[in-house]
Order: sequence, then structure tokens, then C-alpha cells
Amino acid sequence: MTQHPYLALTDDDREEMLRAIGVSSVDELFRDIPNGVRFDGALDLEPALSEHELSAHLTELAARNVDTTRELSFLGAGIYDHYVPGVVDAVMQRGEFLTAYTPYQPEMSQGVLQAIFEYQTAVCELTGMDVSNASGYDGTTVTADACFIAKHATNRATIVVTEATNPQVRQVVKTYAPGFGLEVVEVPHRGGTTDPDELRSAAEDAAAVIFQQPNVFGCLEPAPELAAAANDAGALSIAHVDPVSLGVLEAPGRYGCAIALGEGQAAGNFPAFGGPHYGFLAARSDYIRRMPGRIVGETVDAAGKRGYVLTLQTREQHIRREKATSNITTNQTLLALGGLVYLTWLGPQGLREVGEACLSLSAYAKQQLAERGFEQLFADRTTFKEFAVRVGRNARDVVKSARERGVHPGYALGRDYEGMDDVLLVAVTEKRTPAEIDRLAEVLAEVAG
Amino acid sequence: MKLIYEKSQAGRRASVIPQHEGLPHPEIPDELRRREPPRLPEVHELELIRHFTELSTRNFGIDNGFYPLGSCTMKYNPRINERLVALPGFANLHPLQDEEGAQGALELMWRLQEILAEVTGLHAVSLQPAAGSQGELTGLMLVRAYFEDKGQSEQRRKVVIPDTAHGTNPASVTMAGYEVTAVTTDPRGNIDVEDLRAKVDEHTACLMLTNPSTLGLFDENIEEITRIFHGAGALMYYDGANLNAVCGISRPGDMGFDIVHINLHKTFSQPHGGGGPGGGPIAVRDVLEPFLPVPAVVRKDGDVFGLDFDRPKSIGKVRGFTGPFGVFVRSYAFIRMFGPRLREMSELAVLNANYMLARLKDAYELPFDRLCMHEFVLSARTLKREHGTTALDVAKRLMDYGFHPPTVYFPLVVPEALMIEPTETESKETLDAFCDAMLEIAREAAEQPELLKEAPHHRPVQRLDEVRAAKRPVVKYGFEDHPHLEASREPVAAEAPKGV
Repeated sequence: MTQHPYLALTDDDREEMLRAIGVSSVDELFRDIPNGVRFDGALDLEPALSEHELSAHLTELAARNVDTTRELSFLGAGIYDHYVPGVVDAVMQRGEFLTAYTPYQPEMSQGVLQAIFEYQTAVCELTGMDVSNASGYDGTTVTADACFIAKHATNRATIVVTEATNPQVRQVVKTYAPGFGLEVVEVPHRGGTTDPDELRSAAEDAAAVIFQQPNVFGCLEPAPELAAAANDAGALSIAHVDPVSLGVLEAPGRYGCAIALGEGQAAGNFPAFGGPHYGFLAARSDYIRRMPGRIVGETVDAAGKRGYVLTLQTREQHIRREKATSNITTNQTLLALGGLVYLTWLGPQGLREVGEACLSLSAYAKQQLAERGFEQLFADRTTFKEFAVRVGRNARDVVKSARERGVHPGYALGRDYEGMDDVLLVAVTEKRTPAEIDRLAEVLAEVAG
Repeated sequence: MKLIYEKSQAGRRASVIPQHEGLPHPEIPDELRRREPPRLPEVHELELIRHFTELSTRNFGIDNGFYPLGSCTMKYNPRINERLVALPGFANLHPLQDEEGAQGALELMWRLQEILAEVTGLHAVSLQPAAGSQGELTGLMLVRAYFEDKGQSEQRRKVVIPDTAHGTNPASVTMAGYEVTAVTTDPRGNIDVEDLRAKVDEHTACLMLTNPSTLGLFDENIEEITRIFHGAGALMYYDGANLNAVCGISRPGDMGFDIVHINLHKTFSQPHGGGGPGGGPIAVRDVLEPFLPVPAVVRKDGDVFGLDFDRPKSIGKVRGFTGPFGVFVRSYAFIRMFGPRLREMSELAVLNANYMLARLKDAYELPFDRLCMHEFVLSARTLKREHGTTALDVAKRLMDYGFHPPTVYFPLVVPEALMIEPTETESKETLDAFCDAMLEIAREAAEQPELLKEAPHHRPVQRLDEVRAAKRPVVKYGFEDHPHLEASREPVAAEAPKGV
């Protein structure tokens, strides 16, 4: 057999090493495996490829996907087509970051430790919180993690989540909840946003109240009132926020939230068919010892020089085992690093401009669609970069017809909400141009009912 | 080195955002509008690149050198995979794209599922879990759903875990609402079967086992263990952290396991990125398939692939969409470069480990004198007793020789543990250089122990005060209020697991 490009040992090496071990064959190394559980024969897999063949095969698979470079896309609903600058790729491809493990040995890992410390700082600045972890898997799982914090912080057994929170987030919370001994209660939206009084009565005896800002319909919730409703009831107020919105929208920490979290993808990661991305999770200092996952802290070395280490590790599974605050080990450090580089690229001014561009372009899209006679749902609500619009017939059919014209007009909300079969959720990022929006309006006018 | 925030100068920026004339400017209601901008760094593009490049030079990856971190399977991460995952058809594909617009992605996922089913010897696969520990939790949710379906969920509350297990196992048990029953290790490094027999009964939901174990030993009684659990009506969960030892050699399904998670960032070479991303797909026996997360990636008619949400018994979703797709691209690419030669991959991982074990077992204590699988655990207990040098000192001194240390202080059953996993991608020359260094360090411990105690000598920082960091947590930059750090008198190194 040809020597494999990823393997180093030649036949001579193998012979020499077997002699040093004192066995006569590689098979003998496996003598502790009982015969009854040995796998005889070859795995039923296609033969090994050369790199050239591999490249051709995957390029062909990739070409069978219609991505946002091949069709004009207004799809959002949690994952967004924001611009990812070249510096993000350049930093994430540094082998010293890409091929390192979790920084257990700080002297070998000051680079990534300092980067995580800088990331934690950026997340705290965005959200107005005191402490951020080093990332969670995505925006859904960090929400489930926050429920675990809330359960232990309050000893209560109910989680209240607004119906206007992204359905994927709600589904994951519901999957985790039984194991935590928690029940999930949903509070309906009223005309596109949540009624604070309704939330207040639901929050009684709740461990936490989760709401999304902007919510799944793109509408701005009366977030300070929702947070107050939770706080008054003694529940943890948890805001699920869009990082890209936080240059123009108030930081959850400034309106009294206990925890701010969300999906980081919009800030520095490609859509990538759903991942890998990073979930961010930040909290007030009261919850620092209940945080899930890695946290980097500043310290000094033996010579008094500043350095960084994984800290507060007594929260974690490798020390506390069944008493840990979470089972998380591998997180999303590289993607969070991408997020830090993106936020550094933007700076405060750029972040505000991206937010303003989202506001302006989506407002322009609303105008154009209104002019073509499309009724905007929840028209009296302020939206950020996404809005819901009626398209006159089944939105899934509209998507299909529009795609035949090279435009993906948005997400069919009827998949998640009753009575919304004719509703399309349209996302407009700073990447879209007025001309592209004109094209969307034109195509929708052609294909809608 | 300065933080990026300390390099910030008001007025600088690296980005330009497109501006358009004549667009509306909607007002945000006053109470929802941002008052004070976040203090993000203000730098120009070159400063940004220099900053992160300098940070990278203070980091160490597989690309820099040997990284024998036990139970972490730090193998080569092929560069072609990075080019492939960045193809626009993968990187720019929206997860809510219509199925007909995502056929290539769905086919890739379906093919990966088929491969993982074959490698594990099981029936059905879900790629959704985001990492090994989430795979564990998902597996335990399946166990719960399975017993609920049988009307036994109240009765079966206990999950059996050996004392050699990764900390994630008991942590996952708690998160799933179960209770841990611990079993001990026998003198050969296997699970103590008598202890096990006494603890498994009608209240047992399942076993969680890593095989080979974190000691790097294949459990010789695995068939008996399976009989005990299945005989009690309980399930068997396989922690796939050490799957790199047995691909094509012994399959978890054939050993009797009902649920397996696979760490794509270990066995199948997803780069670990300084802490993640990972991937933790789970494979299950047919009776558990109805409970797998939704949506399932399925092959429909002929060569058409799709997502199936219609699984009434499903536990639900454990993560957004269908999982960390980019991880699937890299792992699929890695596996296709091996095909059935995955067996050779595992054989060489085991050969490399045994070669190192043979070279090192006289200089360091070997708690279980057997052939190992893909990793082995030594103890620095003798060095500590005779010279006062600990496993941590050995680890730090290895840095002076240009190596990443092994995992230390894990597994917990071995005092002063050094857990070494070379993987199959290292050359004999590299293994020899590392072993030479380990032998030299053992001599230094006797002759010049301060060389170990003061190590590392050549890294950007000396040993760091972890106790101080935990006592007075500084977890973000404080801007104008950031504390000035003076020297601490006595550095303290915590004897906590570093690795896995």
C-alpha cells in the first residue's frame, strides 16, 4: 500500500518499534481485546482518496448548494448574512490558534488566553454585563445553560419564555428542561411584542424569564419593562440579543437584566449551514460562580508579570464532576476569536454604522414592499433588520417561485406560527443594496398572490 | 504584551460600512436606544493583524510541535480541509435554505452518518450534538425517553460510572436529572466486575464507559459487563473520547453498547481551535432511533436528501439547526482520505503509544503493567517522593524542551498522573525526541530538581498564579479603573487536571 500522507511510520520504523516493545506484530498489541468483540475484515467504506480526488468530490458537493453568493438572499430567522471581513479568516487560520487544544497549560497558551480575555471584555461591553464566559455552542444552548443558572440561583421550577423568542431557542430549552427539573411556560405575543403585564403574572414563582430583543418577528420588545416584570417577580431576567444590534440598541445590563446571551454568528461567522458558530453568555457579577464553561482571568507569573489563566475552575466538570455548573468542555473558542476580530474590525463606530445600515435598509425594504401593496404585519412596531410581511398566498410557495427567479425572499413563518402561512420574515443586513431590495420587491410582486 | 484595548486610539478604525443616499432613518424609541457606545477597540487594520499575529506567536498548536495531551487526540489537521470548508457552497449556505438548494450539504451529512454507523457498528446516527459532552447529555436524554416509553422512567434513576471517567460523564448525568453510581477499578485497570455486579439492578438506567478507558486500557471483561447491564434491562453508553484506538479493530456496537458519541475533533481531526469547535454525533441501536433529535437527515427517493421533522417520539432539539456543519465537512474529508485504512490509523496510534511506553516505563512508574492502547498513564509519584518534583514540574520542564505537556493529574485514580497520547500522525523521530526529553527530565529531577521547579524558562511567561486568579477574579479589562498588578510573593500551582 502507498504510504499514507498523514502517517509517518515506514515499514522499517514499524519493525523497529515492535522489536522495542517486544511483540512480533501489530495485531499482538491488541491482545487485551477479547476475540468475541474483535472486528474481522475491513470496514465497509469507500477506498481512500488522494487529496486531488477529495478536493474534486467536495467541490462537486458544494456546487450543489445554492448559497448566498449564488442567489440574492433575505433569509435570516437567527442566522444572518452579514459581511465577514478578510482579517477574520486570516486570524482564524493561524495554525497556532487553529490547532491548539483548550489552554490547560497557560504558559503554552498565553495567546489564546489573552484573546479570550479580550473577547470576554468585548461581550461585557456589548451587553453591559460584568462577566462573560469563553463561549457556548450556539445561541440555543447558552439559553438552556442560563436556565440551569436560574434554577440553582432561585430554587424555583418554572422557566417563562416569550412566544416571540426564536422557535429553535425555545425547542432547545424545552429539550433540556426535564433533566433540570424545570417546566417551560410560554407567554404569547400581542400584536408582535410581549405585554409586560401578562409577563409579570406569568413570572410569579418563575426561575427565569427569557425574551428576545429584537424578537423573532424583528420587532423591538419593550425590553426594560419586560426585565422589570421579571425582576419584580424575583425571576432572573434573561435577554437573548443580537450582537450586531448593540451599537444602536441599549445594552441589557443597562435595563436591569441578570443575564444577556445570544447567537454570535451575526458578528464574525459565516452562515455555514448552521455552524460551527458561538453562543455568548454574560451575567451580572452575582452569578459569576454559577457560570457554565471556561472563564479566563488575569493574574501574574512568578516574576510578577501580567498573564492569563483559566479560572474559577472549581465550577467545572473536570474538578466538580456531578456537582459542576455544566458539562461543557469543548466550547467554540475559535469562532469566538472570529467574533473578537470582527468587533475589533468594526470598533464602536463601525458597530453603530452596521446597526444604522440594517435599520435604514430594512425600512427601505418595508417601503418598497408597501408600495407594491404588501401588508406589513405588526406595522406599528419598530423593527431592527427583520420584519414580517403578508404575501397573499402560502409563503413557502412564494419562496419557491421567487427562488426560481434568483431571489430567496425570506423565511416562511407558518412553519412555526399558526395563522402565519402567508407570512414571510424578511431579513435585510448591511450587505444588501437598495438595488437588491428593489429586485426583491419586483420579484415578490411577480410571484405573490 | 498590551491588550488590544490598550492599543486603542479614538478616531481609528479598520472597517468601512457602505453608505447609501436617500434611505429612511427610522427612530429607535428613546428608552430602547443605546446611550453609551461599547468601548470596543479603535485600531487600524495593520494594528489589528499585528496584534493577533503577536498573540498567535504566544500560543502553541500541533502545527508548532508535538502535543501529546492524553485523551485529546491531538493529531494533524490537514490543511486541505480548511480550503474545502471555506468553499462558498459550504461557508455561505444558510441553514434554512430549501432542501433542494442544499442537496450537497445534506448528502455530505447523510454520507457521514453512514460512515459513523459503520465505524461504531450501530444502526442510526444524529450529527446534531455540538461536542462530546453534549453528545453524552443527548445520549442520556435518549435513555430517559426510552425508559419513559417503556414505563420505567421512575424506576430507573441511576447511571453507573467508573472512577476513571472523564468529569463530563457525571456532570452530564446531573444535567440529565439522573444520579451517579460510582464503580471502582480493579488491580489490572479494568472495571471491578464484582463491585459492578453488586450495584447494577432494576434501578439502573445505564452504564457510561470509555473503552479503552482513560488509563489507555481496553476492558478485558467487556463481554461480561454487557451481560450484566443488558441482563438487568439497562442500556450501555459508550463515551467515544478514545475511539481513535479501535477504528476498524473493535466496534462499540459489537461490544454491546447501545449509544455512542463520537468526538469529531479528536478521532476525525476537526482542529480544536484553542478550545473548540467540536462535534459530538451520536450513533444508536435501532430501538433508540425513534428518540433521536429532530430533524433527521434522510435519504429520500434515489439520490434526493432531506430533513425529517416528523419523529413523534423524538427528544426534540439539542442545538440549532442540524449541527456544526463545518465540522462535518472537515471530518468527512479526513475520513475519505483513509477509507478502510482507518484501521491502519488506529493501529499506528496504538503502536506509537506502546513504543513510548516501552521507552519510558523504567524511568517513571507504570501503575498498570500491560500493553496500552492509544495512550498510557505514568505516575511521577516516585519522583515526588524521592526528589520533591511533581507531575506538574515534569510538565512545565517539557516546555523547555519544546513540547506541549501531556495531560496531568488525570485520571484521578493515579497519583501524579502523566497521561500521554501521541496519535498516529507523529514520526518515530518525534517520539524519540520526546522520550529522550522525558528521560533527561527524570535525571534532572534527581540532580537539579530546581530546573523542574522553576520551569518553564523560555515561554513568554513563567508559572502563573492560578490561586490569585480565582480568589480575586479579574475577568475583563477595567479600562481606566484596571488594577495595577504587582508581583505576588509565592506562586501556587493547583494540582488539578490539565488536559482532556
